[in-house]
Amino acid sequence: MTQFMGYRRPDGRIGVRNSVVVLSAMDNTNPCAYRIANIVDGATAVATPFGRTQIGHDFEMTLRTLTGIGSHPNVASVLVLGLSMATANTLADRIRASCKPVEALGLQEAGSTMALTTEGVRIAADLVVAASEHKREPCDFSDLVIAVECGGSDTTSGLTSNPVTGRFADRFIDEGGTIILSEPAEFMGAEHILAQRAIDPEDGNRIYDMVRWFEEEAKRNGVDMRGTNPTPDNIEGGLTTLEEKSLGAIAKGGSRPIVEVVEYSETPTKKGLVIMNTPSAACESMTGLLGGGSHMIIFSTGRGNAIGAPISPTIKITGNPYTASTMKENIDVDVSAIISGGQTFESATEQLWGEMLKVSHGKITRCEVLKEDQLSISRFGPSV
Amino acid sequence: MDKAVVVKSLDNVATCLADVRAGEDTALNVAGESRTVVFKADIPFGHKVALTDIAEGGDVIKYAEVIGVASQPIEAGDHVHVHNVESIRARGDLR
Repeated sequence: MTQFMGYRRPDGRIGVRNSVVVLSAMDNTNPCAYRIANIVDGATAVATPFGRTQIGHDFEMTLRTLTGIGSHPNVASVLVLGLSMATANTLADRIRASCKPVEALGLQEAGSTMALTTEGVRIAADLVVAASEHKREPCDFSDLVIAVECGGSDTTSGLTSNPVTGRFADRFIDEGGTIILSEPAEFMGAEHILAQRAIDPEDGNRIYDMVRWFEEEAKRNGVDMRGTNPTPDNIEGGLTTLEEKSLGAIAKGGSRPIVEVVEYSETPTKKGLVIMNTPSAACESMTGLLGGGSHMIIFSTGRGNAIGAPISPTIKITGNPYTASTMKENIDVDVSAIISGGQTFESATEQLWGEMLKVSHGKITRCEVLKEDQLSISRFGPSV
Repeated sequence: MDKAVVVKSLDNVATCLADVRAGEDTALNVAGESRTVVFKADIPFGHKVALTDIAEGGDVIKYAEVIGVASQPIEAGDHVHVHNVESIRARGDLR
């Protein structure tokens, strides 16, 4: 098995980054999280616009996602902020299961946001200094999870960057690794192709069920999904129907059998091709992929979508010659020569593979250097 | 550079790889056979052209799968897009 230089965590998982996270348990401590991370070089704020008084499914999904981010193997240590110690510890205790350094602070116990900031800066600075001593060591590629995502799609996505990503996915799985494909609404019209690749027929049924749920949502709302998905920019880029977009989208998952189906922010338990149930909005999907432990995300774009995930380095690939030129500063892998200059799929796949190797060893992505990241935890119901 | 590409031999549309003008033609490689299509409209980069006539209600096929149905008769060489193709999925508006 091929090895790379990564960070080994106390729970045995391996990471490609060594982030120190200031994690706000809910909306009301976000300004403190940002303030602390602004002061402490090397600390990253992770904040969510919801969290307080969510119930049931949404509560579980938010808690599972934030736990997944704190426990993420790209994260060295965490400072959790909550309105009270009780709320901070609800999250912090779950992250402590990963055995990494986890500190928690409550605003009410600290006394004021200024006091919380002062104490938070002191703790975060200690965590960053300690994390700076972590050394990269040889790790197996087969322990990495890479998610495949697409956004701002057009017809070049399905013809070039998605099939290149799919060839990459096949190669990565053949090397023993795990690939996560998400966004079942964008399986619509192509779900039969994926369902028959599920090793467990029950997983095949779950794929149909997930797609049906999203399709019924359009029917419950009495709308034609077109205009929302495919989006107006998808349509300008030549995508006519969601079926066409889906058939292009699933290409990025490659051709290997599906070994497992997981819910939003759930961590896969098997190696190989895994399906995750997420909405098809890229930020919401990537947040679920991050919560589920994806070490890196390959993000294929046609018309151009520059956003990435925090914590999980997001590698942008495009096959659209116009986007490769106009959005150059946001693109890591340009395979537009497939259309404009006779580049082969083999060469393009090798190009993406090489970039992934570099990023896993520490090369900074365009999303990382420009801080193009956004956390968006999905929600389906009201807070109460 | 080819002006258009066909994904699968069953497809009745091709995707343009350049902005094309009405009256131009191009040779297409369909499963090793060369076919010619004459564009009947200006078609932008990335948009589709019909390779055969498609009757109203007929399947529009790309990737050897149905991507929608023709909402009006389509002739070979026509621009194929939202103006003449309907999705058959997630149509809550048709109740």
